[in-house]
Amino acid sequence: MDWLTVFQNSLTQMIGVSAIIYCLAALGLNIQFGYTGLLNFGQAGFAAIGAYAIAVTVATLGWPLWLALLFGILGAIIFALLLGIPTLRLRADYLAIVTIAAAEIIRQVARSVSLNDYLGGSDGISGKYAADWYALNPLPVGIDTALIRFSRNDLWVVINGWTLVAIIVLLTWLLVRSPWGRVLKSIREDEDAVRSLGKNVYLYKMQALTLGGVIGAFAGVIFAVAAQSVQPDNYSTTLTFFAYAVLILGGAARVFGPVVGSMIFWFLLVFVGQALNNAVKAGYISSSILRPDQVGQVQFMLVGLGLMALMIFRPQGIFGDKKELALDER
Amino acid sequence: MSDSPAAPSRTKASGVKAALASVSPVPGAPKPDAIFVGDSITRSFGGLAAVDVSHLEVQRGSITALIGPNGAGKTTFFNVITGFDPPNTGTWSFEGSSLAGTPAYKVAREGMIRTFQLTKVLNKLTVLENMRLGAQGQSGESLFRALIPAIWRKQEDEITERALGMLEQFNLFHVKDEFAGSLSGGQRKLLEMARAMMSNPSMLMLDEPMAGVNPALTQSLLEHIKELRETGITIFFVEHDMDMVRDISDWVIVMAQGSIIAEGPPADVMRNPAVIDAYLGAHHDVALTESGESLTDTSVSLTKSEES
Ligand SMILES: Nc1ncnc2c1ncn2[C@@H]1O[C@H](COP(=O)(O)OP(=O)(O)OP(=O)(O)O)[C@@H](O)[C@H]1O
Ligand SMILES: [Mg+2]
Repeated sequence: MDWLTVFQNSLTQMIGVSAIIYCLAALGLNIQFGYTGLLNFGQAGFAAIGAYAIAVTVATLGWPLWLALLFGILGAIIFALLLGIPTLRLRADYLAIVTIAAAEIIRQVARSVSLNDYLGGSDGISGKYAADWYALNPLPVGIDTALIRFSRNDLWVVINGWTLVAIIVLLTWLLVRSPWGRVLKSIREDEDAVRSLGKNVYLYKMQALTLGGVIGAFAGVIFAVAAQSVQPDNYSTTLTFFAYAVLILGGAARVFGPVVGSMIFWFLLVFVGQALNNAVKAGYISSSILRPDQVGQVQFMLVGLGLMALMIFRPQGIFGDKKELALDER
Repeated sequence: MSDSPAAPSRTKASGVKAALASVSPVPGAPKPDAIFVGDSITRSFGGLAAVDVSHLEVQRGSITALIGPNGAGKTTFFNVITGFDPPNTGTWSFEGSSLAGTPAYKVAREGMIRTFQLTKVLNKLTVLENMRLGAQGQSGESLFRALIPAIWRKQEDEITERALGMLEQFNLFHVKDEFAGSLSGGQRKLLEMARAMMSNPSMLMLDEPMAGVNPALTQSLLEHIKELRETGITIFFVEHDMDMVRDISDWVIVMAQGSIIAEGPPADVMRNPAVIDAYLGAHHDVALTESGESLTDTSVSLTKSEES
């Protein structure tokens, strides 16, 4: 491995499937947390619902993909209602607690032995269940240049994935500059003020939670389709917290925040990991300091440090407005 | 809700004064044309009965003040009747329809719009956006219609125009594009009041509207509130500034320890021994204000003598 490959891999991951998945998860959180101030710590649960909805219906029941997609959306809506109905009238922290627990319940149910026949237990479900969709791929070959490199299938996923991101970004942009978006931003600031002006705060919070959850489910759909498998442990709280890192890195309540945040996050993660690997292998870093099997941990430490530095020097994120943040301190 | 804004001045005011002249100045007095009627409203926190109002009516089109010493329960009463705080008991109606148990946002839609003692402006929205939020019945506030600006653009423009006019009246036009969080305390009070006006209330409920507003502006706001009455709006406000109360109110209701202890025209109420007792404690030896001397004057002279 040489430095060019490190760079190529980093750039590829920057716009690759993982970046799309975390971008989608963060786009959902942006509506919930960024604009409305709802603390949804269960985005992994929404993603799991999207992923399993596809896997179960297509792989096991043989449904067409589009129908499976609708099923996934419906599942996310029901999940959002279940979470929101009891909690959205209460203080903000109740939603946080309930969502983090509910997402774990989903994961534990998915990996439970008793449902092994339907959900595949801890191994999940794999198989060529998006074969029809991959068959639609008009591209003759993948792409292989000095900067990026995708297989034919990956390129198809990436093109469709970023198209989906673009559509959601556009919808978000339309929504947040509308009077509806104004109500959301006001709820984030002070619910009681919004109530006193005749707006049904509960309804708006429910809409934001549901919309963000459905977008989170799309993250799972892309994950499942790209990997051609679902595994319950991919939908642990780590996914949620990475998505928050992406959102805050890009700048919460900014339409493009999740997109830029996700790209930077994945570029850095892959670059740091591969550069360390390369350096260890090439002997730049002696193995008495860092063994190859420790690179994984150090990679996350360094990225974590980088995120901390960002929060110290640019707390509003890449896109955020410092003036706006300063208002909190008054 | 409002009548023609070009209504000849003072007719409404004198009409209200005439109507109230026949009302006997006793706590819970029935009014000839009540817009708000409350019965046996109680709210307690632990053992403390913060509100215990057996009967209260507010005359339509009047400027009615709710006064009382700190901790009397005025804010709690406002919270209860606007649906922000659940009462222990009580029924109340506004414009004839019962509002007990109605959620706060529906109370607001019925036309009872309130402001808060601790101002609630939306810090990270601009002043103008705060104002726009106040407008009712916005089609762009529905999730699906929001996606198509063509549906709501025209209404938004009308709202903006109205908001700008209102900001002008409240001396906030020059800060219209600032974040509301960057305003001073007094400016926030003004913004909250102006925003409430954007909702076209039939009864505007203000909790200490003048606290922190500079005297020069207070004068113009008082005039503004009087003009509001001329458009038919009922104003029900809590205030500690007795000069303001005397200047603009048609009727004053006095609350102490949760209950209504006195009611009447401002001058009478301020001479009422029970009221002075409530404010200054039972064993004061200040002469009753025969010569129209108001409570504030008395308390000001009290503080002055303490300082010297
Ligand atoms: N949330 C609460 N929990 C406990 N006690 C409360 C609460 N809200 C109000 N109280 C109590 O109820 C009483 C009435 O308070 P309230 O705020 O209504 O007074 P107020 O008449 O508005 O006074 P001020 O003129 O100082 O604003 C006070 O004794 C207060 O301590
Ligand atoms: Mg109060």
